[in-house]
Amino acid sequence: MSAIVDVENVTKIYEGGFEALRNTNLQIEEGEILALLGPNGAGKTTLISTICGLSSPTSGHIRVAGHDVVTDFREARKLIGLVPQEINLEPFEFVINTVRFSRGLFGKPRNDALLESILRDLSLWDKKDSRIAALSGGMKRRVLIAKALSHEPRVLFLDEPTAGVDVELRKDMWALVDRLRQDGVTIILTTHYIEEAEAIADRVGVINKGEILLVEDKTALISRMGRKEMRIELTESVSEIPESLASYDLTRVEDGSALIYSYDTRGERTGITSLLKSLQEAGIGLKDIQTHQSSLEDIFVTLVQEASA
Amino acid sequence: MNWYGIRAIFRFEMARFFRSIVQSLVSPVLSTSLYFVVFGTAIGSRIESLEGVSYGAFIVPGLIMLSVLTQSLQNASFGIYFPKFIGTIYEILSAPISSLEIVIGYVGAAATKAMIIGTIILVTSFFFVDITIQHPFWMLAFLTLTCVSFSLLGFIIGIWAKSFEQLNLVPLLVVTPLVFLGGSFYSITMLPPIWQTISLFNPVLYLVSGFRWSFFGTADVPVLASLIAITGFTALGLAIVWWIFRTGYRLKA
Repeated sequence: MSAIVDVENVTKIYEGGFEALRNTNLQIEEGEILALLGPNGAGKTTLISTICGLSSPTSGHIRVAGHDVVTDFREARKLIGLVPQEINLEPFEFVINTVRFSRGLFGKPRNDALLESILRDLSLWDKKDSRIAALSGGMKRRVLIAKALSHEPRVLFLDEPTAGVDVELRKDMWALVDRLRQDGVTIILTTHYIEEAEAIADRVGVINKGEILLVEDKTALISRMGRKEMRIELTESVSEIPESLASYDLTRVEDGSALIYSYDTRGERTGITSLLKSLQEAGIGLKDIQTHQSSLEDIFVTLVQEASA
Repeated sequence: MNWYGIRAIFRFEMARFFRSIVQSLVSPVLSTSLYFVVFGTAIGSRIESLEGVSYGAFIVPGLIMLSVLTQSLQNASFGIYFPKFIGTIYEILSAPISSLEIVIGYVGAAATKAMIIGTIILVTSFFFVDITIQHPFWMLAFLTLTCVSFSLLGFIIGIWAKSFEQLNLVPLLVVTPLVFLGGSFYSITMLPPIWQTISLFNPVLYLVSGFRWSFFGTADVPVLASLIAITGFTALGLAIVWWIFRTGYRLKA
Protein backbone atom coordinates (compact mmCIF):
# COMPACT_ATOMS: atom_id res chain seq x y z
CA MET A 1 0.00 0.00 0.00
CA SER A 2 1.39 3.40 -0.89
CA ALA A 3 1.10 6.39 1.40
CA ILE A 4 -1.73 8.81 0.62
CA VAL A 5 -0.03 11.52 2.64
CA ASP A 6 3.73 11.62 2.41
CA VAL A 7 5.59 14.11 4.59
CA GLU A 8 9.26 14.16 3.66
CA ASN A 9 11.94 15.93 5.71
CA VAL A 10 9.68 18.83 6.56
CA THR A 11 11.03 21.59 8.74
CA LYS A 12 8.97 24.57 9.75
CA ILE A 13 10.59 27.58 11.33
CA TYR A 14 8.25 30.41 12.20
CA GLU A 15 9.16 34.04 11.85
CA GLY A 16 11.08 34.79 15.01
CA GLY A 17 13.00 31.55 14.79
CA PHE A 18 10.74 29.08 16.58
CA GLU A 19 11.28 25.65 15.09
CA ALA A 20 7.85 24.01 15.20
CA LEU A 21 8.75 21.01 13.07
CA ARG A 22 12.20 19.48 12.79
CA ASN A 23 12.98 17.29 9.81
CA THR A 24 9.66 15.49 10.07
CA ASN A 25 8.88 12.35 8.13
CA LEU A 26 5.45 10.74 8.16
CA GLN A 27 3.71 8.35 5.81
CA ILE A 28 -0.01 7.95 6.22
CA GLU A 29 -1.58 4.91 4.59
CA GLU A 30 -4.79 5.15 2.64
CA GLY A 31 -7.83 4.19 4.68
CA GLU A 32 -6.18 4.19 8.08
CA ILE A 33 -6.96 6.21 11.17
CA LEU A 34 -3.86 7.80 12.57
CA ALA A 35 -3.89 9.52 15.92
CA LEU A 36 -1.23 12.13 16.57
CA LEU A 37 -0.53 12.47 20.24
CA GLY A 38 1.56 15.09 21.85
CA PRO A 39 1.58 17.70 24.58
CA ASN A 40 0.54 21.30 23.90
CA GLY A 41 2.91 23.05 21.55
CA ALA A 42 4.38 19.78 20.29
CA GLY A 43 3.78 20.71 16.65
CA LYS A 44 0.58 18.75 15.96
CA THR A 45 -1.36 21.70 14.60
CA THR A 46 1.65 23.02 12.69
CA LEU A 47 2.04 19.66 10.98
CA ILE A 48 -1.61 19.65 9.96
CA SER A 49 -1.53 23.31 8.89
CA THR A 50 1.49 22.67 6.73
CA ILE A 51 -0.16 19.71 5.01
CA CYS A 52 -3.38 21.65 4.46
CA GLY A 53 -1.78 24.82 3.11
CA LEU A 54 -2.32 27.16 6.06
CA SER A 55 1.40 27.53 6.48
CA SER A 56 4.26 26.88 4.11
CA PRO A 57 7.04 24.44 4.96
CA THR A 58 10.44 26.07 5.42
CA SER A 59 12.00 23.04 3.77
CA GLY A 60 10.95 19.57 2.71
CA HIS A 61 8.08 18.22 0.65
CA ILE A 62 4.56 17.07 1.30
CA ARG A 63 2.58 15.02 -1.19
CA VAL A 64 -1.06 14.02 -1.03
CA ALA A 65 -1.89 11.11 -3.35
CA GLY A 66 1.28 12.02 -5.23
CA HIS A 67 0.42 15.72 -5.61
CA ASP A 68 2.84 18.20 -4.07
CA VAL A 69 0.89 20.49 -1.73
CA VAL A 70 2.79 23.57 -2.89
CA THR A 71 3.34 23.14 -6.63
CA ASP A 72 0.20 21.09 -7.31
CA PHE A 73 -1.96 22.56 -4.57
CA ARG A 74 -5.22 22.30 -6.48
CA GLU A 75 -5.16 18.54 -6.88
CA ALA A 76 -3.72 18.00 -3.40
CA ARG A 77 -6.20 20.21 -1.56
CA LYS A 78 -9.26 18.83 -3.38
CA LEU A 79 -8.61 15.58 -1.55
CA ILE A 80 -8.34 17.14 1.91
CA GLY A 81 -10.96 18.11 4.45
CA LEU A 82 -9.90 20.03 7.53
CA VAL A 83 -11.74 20.43 10.82
CA PRO A 84 -9.85 23.08 12.76
CA GLN A 85 -9.34 23.13 16.46
CA GLU A 86 -10.98 26.49 17.02
CA ILE A 87 -14.63 27.02 16.23
CA ASN A 88 -14.15 29.35 13.28
CA LEU A 89 -17.56 30.13 11.84
CA GLU A 90 -19.30 33.23 10.62
CA PRO A 91 -21.92 33.82 13.31
CA PHE A 92 -24.60 35.47 11.17
CA GLU A 93 -24.59 32.89 8.42
CA PHE A 94 -27.13 30.08 8.06
CA VAL A 95 -25.94 26.52 8.51
CA ILE A 96 -26.95 25.32 5.05
CA ASN A 97 -25.37 28.34 3.33
CA THR A 98 -22.05 27.93 5.05
CA VAL A 99 -21.92 24.24 4.10
CA ARG A 100 -22.87 25.06 0.49
CA PHE A 101 -20.15 27.70 0.49
CA SER A 102 -17.54 25.15 1.52
CA ARG A 103 -18.53 22.74 -1.23
CA GLY A 104 -18.36 25.48 -3.85
CA LEU A 105 -15.06 26.76 -2.53
CA PHE A 106 -13.54 23.34 -3.09
CA GLY A 107 -14.65 23.47 -6.70
CA LYS A 108 -17.61 21.11 -6.53
CA PRO A 109 -21.02 21.74 -8.13
CA ARG A 110 -23.99 22.14 -5.85
CA ASN A 111 -25.37 18.84 -4.57
CA ASP A 112 -28.16 19.32 -2.07
CA ALA A 113 -28.91 15.61 -1.71
CA LEU A 114 -25.36 14.95 -0.55
CA LEU A 115 -25.37 17.88 1.86
CA GLU A 116 -28.67 16.65 3.27
CA SER A 117 -27.21 13.25 4.01
CA ILE A 118 -24.12 14.79 5.62
CA LEU A 119 -26.24 17.07 7.77
CA ARG A 120 -28.55 14.21 8.73
CA ASP A 121 -25.57 12.06 9.70
CA LEU A 122 -24.43 14.83 12.01
CA SER A 123 -27.93 15.43 13.43
CA LEU A 124 -27.84 18.91 11.95
CA TRP A 125 -30.59 18.65 9.37
CA ASP A 126 -33.27 20.29 11.51
CA LYS A 127 -30.82 23.13 12.24
CA LYS A 128 -30.02 23.81 8.60
CA ASP A 129 -31.91 27.10 8.57
CA SER A 130 -30.57 28.30 11.91
CA ARG A 131 -27.97 30.98 12.23
CA ILE A 132 -24.62 29.72 13.46
CA ALA A 133 -24.77 32.14 16.41
CA ALA A 134 -27.90 30.36 17.66
CA LEU A 135 -26.20 26.96 17.91
CA SER A 136 -24.59 25.36 20.94
CA GLY A 137 -20.86 24.73 21.04
CA GLY A 138 -21.27 21.08 20.18
CA MET A 139 -23.53 21.88 17.24
CA LYS A 140 -21.00 24.39 15.92
CA ARG A 141 -18.36 21.70 15.97
CA ARG A 142 -20.68 19.47 13.95
CA VAL A 143 -21.07 22.31 11.43
CA LEU A 144 -17.29 22.46 11.07
CA ILE A 145 -17.26 18.74 10.33
CA ALA A 146 -20.12 19.09 7.84
CA LYS A 147 -18.16 21.83 6.05
CA ALA A 148 -15.05 19.65 5.89
CA LEU A 149 -17.03 16.70 4.52
CA SER A 150 -19.07 18.75 2.04
CA HIS A 151 -16.63 18.24 -0.82
CA GLU A 152 -16.19 14.50 -0.24
CA PRO A 153 -12.53 14.50 0.84
CA ARG A 154 -10.44 11.35 0.78
CA VAL A 155 -8.32 12.52 3.68
CA LEU A 156 -9.86 14.14 6.71
CA PHE A 157 -7.88 16.04 9.33
CA LEU A 158 -9.52 16.44 12.70
CA ASP A 159 -7.58 18.81 14.91
CA GLU A 160 -8.63 17.98 18.45
CA PRO A 161 -12.21 17.17 17.47
CA THR A 162 -13.30 16.30 20.97
CA ALA A 163 -11.57 18.99 22.98
CA GLY A 164 -14.16 20.35 25.37
CA VAL A 165 -17.14 18.41 24.04
CA ASP A 166 -19.51 16.35 26.13
CA VAL A 167 -19.47 12.56 26.33
CA GLU A 168 -22.42 12.12 23.99
CA LEU A 169 -20.92 14.18 21.21
CA ARG A 170 -17.61 12.41 21.64
CA LYS A 171 -19.32 9.06 21.17
CA ASP A 172 -21.13 10.45 18.10
CA MET A 173 -17.84 11.66 16.74
CA TRP A 174 -16.23 8.27 17.17
CA ALA A 175 -19.18 6.63 15.43
CA LEU A 176 -18.85 9.10 12.58
CA VAL A 177 -15.14 8.38 12.26
CA ASP A 178 -15.97 4.70 12.07
CA ARG A 179 -18.53 5.26 9.27
CA LEU A 180 -16.06 7.39 7.33
CA ARG A 181 -13.42 4.72 7.65
CA GLN A 182 -15.85 2.21 6.17
CA ASP A 183 -16.25 4.58 3.23
CA GLY A 184 -12.48 4.46 2.80
CA VAL A 185 -11.68 7.94 4.11
CA THR A 186 -8.24 8.30 5.65
CA ILE A 187 -8.44 10.10 8.97
CA ILE A 188 -5.75 11.91 10.88
CA LEU A 189 -6.73 13.23 14.25
CA THR A 190 -4.80 15.01 16.90
CA THR A 191 -5.79 14.60 20.46
CA HIS A 192 -4.78 15.03 24.04
CA TYR A 193 -7.04 12.19 25.05
CA ILE A 194 -5.14 8.96 25.00
CA GLU A 195 -8.32 6.94 25.41
CA GLU A 196 -9.54 8.49 22.19
CA ALA A 197 -6.52 7.26 20.27
CA GLU A 198 -6.84 3.92 22.00
CA ALA A 199 -10.51 3.66 21.06
CA ILE A 200 -10.47 4.60 17.38
CA ALA A 201 -6.98 4.74 15.90
CA ASP A 202 -5.18 2.07 13.89
CA ARG A 203 -1.80 3.67 14.32
CA VAL A 204 -0.50 6.14 16.81
CA GLY A 205 2.11 8.80 16.21
CA VAL A 206 3.76 10.53 19.12
CA ILE A 207 5.11 13.99 18.50
CA ASN A 208 7.00 16.18 20.91
CA LYS A 209 8.95 19.41 20.41
CA GLY A 210 8.57 19.26 16.67
CA GLU A 211 9.82 15.74 16.29
CA ILE A 212 7.93 12.56 15.62
CA LEU A 213 9.13 10.14 18.27
CA LEU A 214 7.41 7.13 16.80
CA VAL A 215 4.58 5.97 14.60
CA GLU A 216 3.39 2.50 15.29
CA ASP A 217 0.47 0.17 15.12
CA LYS A 218 -1.58 0.78 18.23
CA THR A 219 -1.83 -2.77 19.52
CA ALA A 220 1.78 -3.53 18.65
CA LEU A 221 2.82 -0.43 20.51
CA ILE A 222 0.87 -1.35 23.57
CA SER A 223 2.18 -4.89 23.62
CA ARG A 224 5.73 -3.84 22.85
CA MET A 225 5.92 -1.09 25.36
CA GLY A 226 3.36 -2.56 27.65
CA ARG A 227 4.25 -3.76 31.05
CA LYS A 228 1.73 -5.70 32.98
CA GLU A 229 1.02 -5.39 36.63
CA MET A 230 -0.34 -8.03 38.90
CA ARG A 231 -2.02 -6.97 42.09
CA ILE A 232 -1.97 -9.59 44.76
CA GLU A 233 -4.49 -9.09 47.54
CA LEU A 234 -3.35 -10.63 50.78
CA THR A 235 -5.41 -12.33 53.47
CA GLU A 236 -3.32 -10.60 56.10
CA SER A 237 -1.50 -7.32 55.73
CA VAL A 238 2.28 -7.34 55.69
CA SER A 239 4.37 -4.59 57.23
CA GLU A 240 7.25 -5.14 54.82
CA ILE A 241 8.19 -7.29 51.88
CA PRO A 242 9.79 -10.49 53.22
CA GLU A 243 13.52 -11.02 52.58
CA SER A 244 12.83 -14.14 50.56
CA LEU A 245 10.87 -12.12 47.97
CA ALA A 246 13.47 -9.37 47.51
CA SER A 247 14.50 -10.65 44.10
CA TYR A 248 11.07 -9.91 42.63
CA ASP A 249 9.98 -6.49 41.38
CA LEU A 250 7.42 -6.04 44.10
CA THR A 251 5.93 -2.99 45.72
CA ARG A 252 3.76 -2.92 48.78
CA VAL A 253 0.60 -0.82 48.77
CA GLU A 254 0.40 1.70 51.56
CA ASP A 255 -1.56 -0.26 54.13
CA GLY A 256 0.24 -3.50 53.25
CA SER A 257 -2.95 -5.30 52.25
CA ALA A 258 -1.65 -6.02 48.76
CA LEU A 259 1.55 -6.44 46.75
CA ILE A 260 2.04 -5.24 43.20
CA TYR A 261 4.21 -7.24 40.88
CA SER A 262 5.21 -5.72 37.54
CA TYR A 263 6.53 -7.83 34.73
CA ASP A 264 7.26 -7.72 31.06
CA THR A 265 4.81 -9.61 28.87
CA ARG A 266 7.49 -10.07 26.22
CA GLY A 267 9.74 -12.00 28.56
CA GLU A 268 10.18 -15.76 28.10
CA ARG A 269 9.33 -16.18 31.72
CA THR A 270 7.05 -13.84 33.49
CA GLY A 271 8.13 -15.20 36.83
CA ILE A 272 4.58 -15.61 38.04
CA THR A 273 4.81 -19.28 38.89
CA SER A 274 7.91 -18.92 40.99
CA LEU A 275 6.57 -15.81 42.66
CA LEU A 276 3.42 -17.59 43.70
CA LYS A 277 5.53 -20.49 44.98
CA SER A 278 7.77 -18.14 46.95
CA LEU A 279 4.74 -16.42 48.40
CA GLN A 280 3.41 -19.75 49.58
CA GLU A 281 6.79 -20.66 51.07
CA ALA A 282 6.87 -17.33 52.92
CA GLY A 283 3.53 -18.24 54.40
CA ILE A 284 1.62 -15.39 52.82
CA GLY A 285 -2.02 -16.11 52.05
CA LEU A 286 -3.60 -14.84 48.85
CA LYS A 287 -7.11 -13.44 48.68
CA ASP A 288 -7.29 -12.30 45.05
CA ILE A 289 -5.20 -11.60 41.98
CA GLN A 290 -5.81 -8.91 39.33
CA THR A 291 -3.72 -8.11 36.28
CA HIS A 292 -3.62 -4.79 34.47
CA GLN A 293 -2.16 -3.91 31.07
CA SER A 294 -0.48 -0.52 31.00
CA SER A 295 -2.40 1.90 28.79
CA LEU A 296 -1.33 4.07 25.92
CA GLU A 297 -1.32 6.93 28.37
CA ASP A 298 1.41 5.34 30.49
CA ILE A 299 3.40 4.63 27.34
CA PHE A 300 2.96 8.14 26.11
CA VAL A 301 4.09 9.70 29.35
CA THR A 302 7.13 7.44 29.38
CA LEU A 303 8.04 8.33 25.80
CA VAL A 304 7.72 12.05 26.27
CA GLN A 305 9.70 11.94 29.49
CA GLU A 306 12.45 9.90 27.85
CA ALA A 307 12.60 12.37 24.99
CA SER A 308 12.92 15.37 27.24
CA ALA A 309 15.41 13.66 29.53
CA MET B 1 -10.03 27.79 -13.00
CA ASN B 2 -12.09 26.99 -9.94
CA TRP B 3 -15.30 28.68 -11.10
CA TYR B 4 -17.40 27.11 -8.39
CA GLY B 5 -15.00 28.52 -5.83
CA ILE B 6 -15.17 32.03 -7.27
CA ARG B 7 -18.95 31.82 -7.40
CA ALA B 8 -19.11 30.56 -3.81
CA ILE B 9 -17.08 33.53 -2.52
CA PHE B 10 -19.01 36.00 -4.68
CA ARG B 11 -22.40 34.73 -3.55
CA PHE B 12 -21.36 34.54 0.07
CA GLU B 13 -20.23 38.17 -0.04
CA MET B 14 -23.34 39.33 -1.87
CA ALA B 15 -25.47 37.52 0.71
CA ARG B 16 -23.82 39.67 3.38
CA PHE B 17 -24.86 42.74 1.40
CA PHE B 18 -28.46 41.61 0.96
CA ARG B 19 -28.71 40.54 4.58
CA SER B 20 -28.33 44.15 5.58
CA ILE B 21 -30.12 45.49 2.53
CA VAL B 22 -31.80 48.35 4.37
CA GLN B 23 -28.56 49.57 5.84
CA SER B 24 -26.73 48.97 2.55
CA LEU B 25 -29.13 50.96 0.41
CA VAL B 26 -31.06 53.39 2.55
CA SER B 27 -28.00 55.07 4.00
CA PRO B 28 -26.34 56.03 0.67
CA VAL B 29 -29.69 57.19 -0.77
CA LEU B 30 -30.40 59.25 2.32
CA SER B 31 -26.98 60.87 2.45
CA THR B 32 -27.10 61.65 -1.28
CA SER B 33 -30.50 63.28 -0.89
CA LEU B 34 -29.10 65.37 1.94
CA TYR B 35 -26.20 66.51 -0.24
CA PHE B 36 -28.67 67.52 -2.94
CA VAL B 37 -30.79 69.46 -0.51
CA VAL B 38 -27.82 71.25 1.08
CA PHE B 39 -25.43 71.75 -1.84
CA GLY B 40 -27.76 71.53 -4.79
CA THR B 41 -30.73 73.48 -3.59
CA ALA B 42 -29.68 75.68 -0.67
CA ILE B 43 -26.14 76.64 -1.67
CA GLY B 44 -26.32 75.74 -5.35
CA SER B 45 -29.12 78.21 -6.02
CA ARG B 46 -26.62 80.98 -5.23
CA ILE B 47 -23.91 79.55 -7.46
CA GLU B 48 -23.93 80.30 -11.14
CA SER B 49 -23.75 77.39 -13.53
CA LEU B 50 -20.30 75.81 -13.83
CA GLU B 51 -18.98 75.19 -17.31
CA GLY B 52 -22.53 75.46 -18.61
CA VAL B 53 -23.91 72.94 -16.11
CA SER B 54 -26.16 73.82 -13.19
CA TYR B 55 -24.39 73.34 -9.87
CA GLY B 56 -26.93 70.73 -8.75
CA ALA B 57 -26.16 68.60 -11.80
CA PHE B 58 -22.45 69.41 -11.65
CA ILE B 59 -22.01 67.66 -8.29
CA VAL B 60 -23.78 64.43 -9.37
CA PRO B 61 -20.67 62.67 -10.74
CA GLY B 62 -18.68 63.76 -7.68
CA LEU B 63 -21.36 62.49 -5.34
CA ILE B 64 -21.48 59.16 -7.09
CA MET B 65 -17.69 58.93 -6.94
CA LEU B 66 -17.68 59.80 -3.23
CA SER B 67 -20.09 56.97 -2.43
CA VAL B 68 -18.56 54.49 -4.81
CA LEU B 69 -15.04 55.04 -3.48
CA THR B 70 -16.03 54.70 0.15
CA GLN B 71 -18.30 51.74 -0.52
CA SER B 72 -15.67 49.90 -2.56
CA LEU B 73 -13.10 50.40 0.18
CA GLN B 74 -15.44 49.47 3.01
CA ASN B 75 -16.94 46.41 1.37
CA ALA B 76 -13.68 44.98 0.15
CA SER B 77 -11.67 45.68 3.28
CA PHE B 78 -14.38 44.32 5.56
CA GLY B 79 -15.00 41.34 3.27
CA ILE B 80 -11.49 39.99 3.71
CA TYR B 81 -10.76 41.37 7.18
CA PHE B 82 -13.78 39.72 8.79
CA PRO B 83 -12.78 36.12 7.88
CA LYS B 84 -9.31 36.93 9.18
CA PHE B 85 -10.78 38.36 12.38
CA ILE B 86 -13.12 35.44 13.14
CA GLY B 87 -10.77 32.79 11.76
CA THR B 88 -12.84 31.47 8.86
CA ILE B 89 -9.95 32.39 6.56
CA TYR B 90 -8.52 28.93 7.28
CA GLU B 91 -11.03 27.44 4.89
CA ILE B 92 -10.12 29.74 2.03
CA LEU B 93 -6.40 29.14 2.54
CA SER B 94 -6.89 25.38 2.57
CA ALA B 95 -9.15 25.31 -0.49
CA PRO B 96 -8.01 24.38 -4.01
CA ILE B 97 -8.38 27.97 -5.13
CA SER B 98 -5.68 30.27 -6.45
CA SER B 99 -4.98 33.74 -5.14
CA LEU B 100 -6.28 35.25 -8.37
CA GLU B 101 -9.57 33.42 -7.94
CA ILE B 102 -9.86 34.56 -4.33
CA VAL B 103 -9.31 38.15 -5.47
CA ILE B 104 -11.85 37.83 -8.28
CA GLY B 105 -14.41 36.56 -5.79
CA TYR B 106 -13.88 39.17 -3.08
CA VAL B 107 -13.03 42.18 -5.21
CA GLY B 108 -15.72 41.27 -7.74
CA ALA B 109 -18.36 41.17 -5.02
CA ALA B 110 -17.18 44.42 -3.43
CA ALA B 111 -17.08 46.18 -6.80
CA THR B 112 -20.54 44.87 -7.70
CA LYS B 113 -21.98 46.20 -4.46
CA ALA B 114 -20.39 49.59 -5.09
CA MET B 115 -21.74 49.58 -8.65
CA ILE B 116 -25.25 48.85 -7.37
CA ILE B 117 -25.01 51.73 -4.92
CA GLY B 118 -23.56 54.06 -7.56
CA THR B 119 -26.44 53.23 -9.88
CA ILE B 120 -28.99 53.84 -7.15
CA ILE B 121 -27.48 57.24 -6.41
CA LEU B 122 -27.55 58.11 -10.09
CA VAL B 123 -31.22 57.14 -10.26
CA THR B 124 -31.92 59.15 -7.10
CA SER B 125 -30.28 62.21 -8.61
CA PHE B 126 -32.71 62.11 -11.54
CA PHE B 127 -35.39 63.09 -9.03
CA PHE B 128 -33.50 66.25 -8.08
CA VAL B 129 -31.81 67.54 -11.23
CA ASP B 130 -31.92 67.21 -15.01
CA ILE B 131 -28.97 65.25 -16.30
CA THR B 132 -28.11 63.84 -19.66
CA ILE B 133 -25.18 61.50 -19.97
CA GLN B 134 -23.15 62.34 -23.06
CA HIS B 135 -20.86 59.32 -23.10
CA PRO B 136 -22.74 56.42 -21.46
CA PHE B 137 -20.12 53.85 -22.46
CA TRP B 138 -17.28 55.82 -20.89
CA MET B 139 -19.43 56.59 -17.88
CA LEU B 140 -19.83 52.87 -17.31
CA ALA B 141 -16.16 52.21 -18.02
CA PHE B 142 -14.98 54.83 -15.51
CA LEU B 143 -17.46 53.63 -12.93
CA THR B 144 -16.41 50.00 -13.32
CA LEU B 145 -12.68 50.71 -13.26
CA THR B 146 -13.06 52.93 -10.21
CA CYS B 147 -15.06 50.28 -8.36
CA VAL B 148 -12.52 47.61 -9.24
CA SER B 149 -9.42 49.62 -8.38
CA PHE B 150 -10.77 50.86 -5.06
CA SER B 151 -12.06 47.42 -4.17
CA LEU B 152 -8.52 46.17 -4.79
CA LEU B 153 -7.22 48.90 -2.52
CA GLY B 154 -9.82 47.93 0.08
CA PHE B 155 -8.79 44.30 -0.21
CA ILE B 156 -5.19 45.29 0.46
CA ILE B 157 -6.21 47.37 3.47
CA GLY B 158 -8.28 44.46 4.77
CA ILE B 159 -5.29 42.16 4.62
CA TRP B 160 -2.94 44.73 6.10
CA ALA B 161 -5.23 45.74 8.97
CA LYS B 162 -4.68 44.11 12.33
CA SER B 163 -7.64 45.77 14.04
CA PHE B 164 -10.96 47.37 13.21
CA GLU B 165 -9.35 50.71 14.01
CA GLN B 166 -6.72 50.26 11.31
CA LEU B 167 -9.46 49.11 8.97
CA ASN B 168 -11.12 52.51 9.22
CA LEU B 169 -7.91 54.50 9.36
CA VAL B 170 -7.05 54.66 5.67
CA PRO B 171 -10.57 55.43 4.42
CA LEU B 172 -10.99 58.09 7.09
CA LEU B 173 -7.62 59.80 7.05
CA VAL B 174 -6.59 59.39 3.44
CA VAL B 175 -9.45 58.67 1.11
CA THR B 176 -12.13 61.03 2.43
CA PRO B 177 -9.85 64.11 2.29
CA LEU B 178 -8.65 63.13 -1.17
CA VAL B 179 -12.22 62.79 -2.40
CA PHE B 180 -13.31 66.12 -0.96
CA LEU B 181 -10.21 67.87 -2.30
CA GLY B 182 -10.41 66.06 -5.62
CA GLY B 183 -12.96 68.36 -7.16
CA SER B 184 -16.03 66.34 -6.24
CA PHE B 185 -18.03 69.45 -5.45
CA TYR B 186 -16.17 72.09 -7.46
CA SER B 187 -14.08 72.58 -10.53
CA ILE B 188 -10.41 73.04 -9.71
CA THR B 189 -10.44 76.06 -12.03
CA MET B 190 -12.19 77.80 -9.13
CA LEU B 191 -9.04 77.38 -7.01
CA PRO B 192 -6.03 79.73 -6.84
CA PRO B 193 -3.25 78.56 -9.23
CA ILE B 194 -1.04 77.10 -6.49
CA TRP B 195 -3.87 74.86 -5.26
CA GLN B 196 -4.68 73.88 -8.80
CA THR B 197 -1.12 72.56 -9.14
CA ILE B 198 -1.30 70.75 -5.80
CA SER B 199 -4.62 69.20 -6.83
CA LEU B 200 -2.93 67.62 -9.82
CA PHE B 201 -1.13 65.28 -7.40
CA ASN B 202 -4.44 64.01 -6.06
CA PRO B 203 -5.30 60.74 -7.84
CA VAL B 204 -8.98 61.10 -7.07
CA LEU B 205 -9.09 64.30 -9.18
CA TYR B 206 -8.44 62.22 -12.30
CA LEU B 207 -11.25 59.82 -11.47
CA VAL B 208 -13.80 62.53 -10.73
CA SER B 209 -12.73 64.58 -13.74
CA GLY B 210 -12.96 61.68 -16.18
CA PHE B 211 -16.25 60.58 -14.75
CA ARG B 212 -17.67 64.10 -15.00
CA TRP B 213 -16.47 64.34 -18.59
CA SER B 214 -18.55 61.27 -19.45
CA PHE B 215 -21.60 63.16 -18.20
CA PHE B 216 -21.09 66.71 -19.44
CA GLY B 217 -18.16 66.61 -21.84
CA THR B 218 -16.10 68.98 -19.72
CA ALA B 219 -13.14 68.03 -17.56
CA ASP B 220 -10.47 69.50 -15.26
CA VAL B 221 -7.76 67.30 -16.73
CA PRO B 222 -7.54 65.64 -20.14
CA VAL B 223 -9.67 62.50 -20.40
CA LEU B 224 -6.68 60.50 -21.53
CA ALA B 225 -4.87 61.45 -18.31
CA SER B 226 -7.89 60.22 -16.35
CA LEU B 227 -7.91 56.96 -18.25
CA ILE B 228 -4.20 56.40 -17.73
CA ALA B 229 -4.52 57.24 -14.03
CA ILE B 230 -7.35 54.81 -13.39
CA THR B 231 -5.69 52.03 -15.38
CA GLY B 232 -2.41 52.63 -13.59
CA PHE B 233 -4.24 52.55 -10.27
CA THR B 234 -5.84 49.22 -11.07
CA ALA B 235 -2.52 47.78 -12.23
CA LEU B 236 -0.81 48.94 -9.03
CA GLY B 237 -3.53 47.35 -6.92
CA LEU B 238 -3.20 44.08 -8.81
CA ALA B 239 0.57 44.14 -8.39
CA ILE B 240 0.34 44.61 -4.62
CA VAL B 241 -2.28 41.86 -4.29
CA TRP B 242 -0.08 39.55 -6.35
CA TRP B 243 2.83 40.28 -4.00
CA ILE B 244 0.64 39.66 -0.93
CA PHE B 245 -0.34 36.19 -2.08
CA ARG B 246 3.13 35.32 -3.28
CA THR B 247 4.65 36.09 0.08
CA GLY B 248 1.64 35.15 2.19
CA TYR B 249 1.92 38.58 3.86
CA ARG B 250 -0.33 38.62 6.95
CA LEU B 251 -2.20 35.63 5.60
CA LYS B 252 0.00 32.61 6.14
CA ALA B 253 2.27 31.68 8.98
